[in-house]
Amino acid sequence: MRGRTRLRRVGLPYLLLLPALLLELLVHLVPMVIGIVMSFKELTQLQIAHWGAAPWKALGNYRVTVDFDAPAGATLLHSFAVTCAFSVLTVGLCWVLGTAAAIFLQENFRGRGLLRALFLTPYALPVYAAVITWAFLFQRDNGLVNHVLHDQLGLTGDRPFWLLGDNSFVALLVVSVWKTWPFAFLVVMAALQSIPKDLYEAAALDGAGIVRQIRRITLPSLRPINQVLLLVLFLWSFNDFNTPYVLFGKAAPEAADLLSIHIYQSSFVTWNFGTGSAMSVLLLLFLLVVTAGYLLATSRGRKSADV
Amino acid sequence: MSSPVARASRPGRRRRSPTAPPRTFRWTRRIFLTALTGFVLLPVYVMLSSSLKPLEDVSGAFRWLPSELTVRPYLDIWHTVPLARYFLNSLIVAGSATVCSVLVAVFAAYAVSRYHFRGKRIFTVTVLSTQMFPGILFLLPLFLLYVNIGNTTGVALYGSRGGLVLTYLTFSLPFSIWMLTGYFASVPRELDEAAYVDGCGPLGALFRVVVPAALPGIIAVAVYAFMTAWGEVLFASVMTNDTTRTLSVGLQGYATQNDVYWNQVMAASLVVSVPVVAGFLLLQRNLVAGLTAGAVK
Repeated sequence: MRGRTRLRRVGLPYLLLLPALLLELLVHLVPMVIGIVMSFKELTQLQIAHWGAAPWKALGNYRVTVDFDAPAGATLLHSFAVTCAFSVLTVGLCWVLGTAAAIFLQENFRGRGLLRALFLTPYALPVYAAVITWAFLFQRDNGLVNHVLHDQLGLTGDRPFWLLGDNSFVALLVVSVWKTWPFAFLVVMAALQSIPKDLYEAAALDGAGIVRQIRRITLPSLRPINQVLLLVLFLWSFNDFNTPYVLFGKAAPEAADLLSIHIYQSSFVTWNFGTGSAMSVLLLLFLLVVTAGYLLATSRGRKSADV
Repeated sequence: MSSPVARASRPGRRRRSPTAPPRTFRWTRRIFLTALTGFVLLPVYVMLSSSLKPLEDVSGAFRWLPSELTVRPYLDIWHTVPLARYFLNSLIVAGSATVCSVLVAVFAAYAVSRYHFRGKRIFTVTVLSTQMFPGILFLLPLFLLYVNIGNTTGVALYGSRGGLVLTYLTFSLPFSIWMLTGYFASVPRELDEAAYVDGCGPLGALFRVVVPAALPGIIAVAVYAFMTAWGEVLFASVMTNDTTRTLSVGLQGYATQNDVYWNQVMAASLVVSVPVVAGFLLLQRNLVAGLTAGAVK
């Protein structure tokens, strides 16, 4: 009897974790291993049915991928630069908008609840519905953006294309910020609720104005959550597939060719599964390095701030 | 005579308390919030107004107001593409993924928050880090895995709703486990012990005490899981066929080779958005509370 309860106590946590473990194994870990193996193989649509038996290519796929003088490598490098610029801008803008909105809505006033619900709407909308609507807004001939800029304000000489050419980067950024900033707002709003009110009252009685209160109390209190928030936002935008895919389709214009869509295209459109896998592995390695470096830097900062 | 708090709540032009924001701040706030509201609402307005326009209005130059109001797009959307079927597929897939994901996450979070065991750290780190991996990394391997499982065991995962459910429920799992662990940790252990004294086993304590106490967090996690599954595009576009297609892919059907029925696209977008947005806005307070308890620490 005693032994049985002991066994149950030791075994129970593992039993409780078992479903989660099995699922993670099936959908994340095993596929990851397969992906890494595939990146070392010669894989086109001919071999894909028997991918296990496909010829070994060692580092061949990687060599093609990172040969930046050849066309394949050059486009990958370009796509990488586009993705970095896109992510940094998205994260920055989302953070600024989200934090400002959360601070402005911190204090109670009429219509606050309504605004809060309204601001969360872009986050709640299904991505494809929201992005399709933006695609309509950005249509050259029948979209709202050109109607306002060209017909009503006369700012542009001719109706520009927004989903082709260089403008596509701007379009992608606008859509991405529109649908992501509410998440920053939500998180910052939640964090603001844990700041004690009397801190502000004490500061105000000491004569600190609103700007100083924000700089000295609000922003420093947000630091720990900002570290997580910025990392999550960065990873999301860096890996984002949905937005460019719905906005542009299977092949994005060069100026907005994010890595995820670039890899999708080389895997499922031009059928180079081997190089596609090599690219995803490189992307993963890059993200791991960036995340580890970021976590290390922020935790060191936190420690020195404590001292 | 009156406290600063009482003075702050009195409106009007009288002297304001030191904690009340100054005028410039209120004006900045007004301007900022108005501009942001405009930015947020612009697509929503276009979605709504275009869904009530005849086709000519959305094919020619943009019009702020419909030339005539019509509900035809709302009737046509069901025939142009089999929207009802896609809707049902999405509902089945997202619903099952949500239920399973919450259940699995509750068990896992309970284990992590209540027990010390070997491998706990490795487990949490692994689960959390899968969240940062690019979806594209899993797409092709998972596709091959499902096809191979189908060929060897006859269990059709590729192209089936089951395969999609399996995929989606792991998408929301890391976040759910993470958030629920924090939430469960905030439920006092004395409550568990009281349940033990009353004769409950660990599972009894979980379902009779911890789960009810952590209900807001569980609701928040369920909302998140549902939204993730309802909005996913990448896997839905590769892993479904004609009969199992979900809304995220099905909506592309309104674009034919010659024409895009923008009014129908907008109507359909609105119809598929209403259930999630309504549910989300109803439960958003839980999400804020859940984030405060589970993540913001």
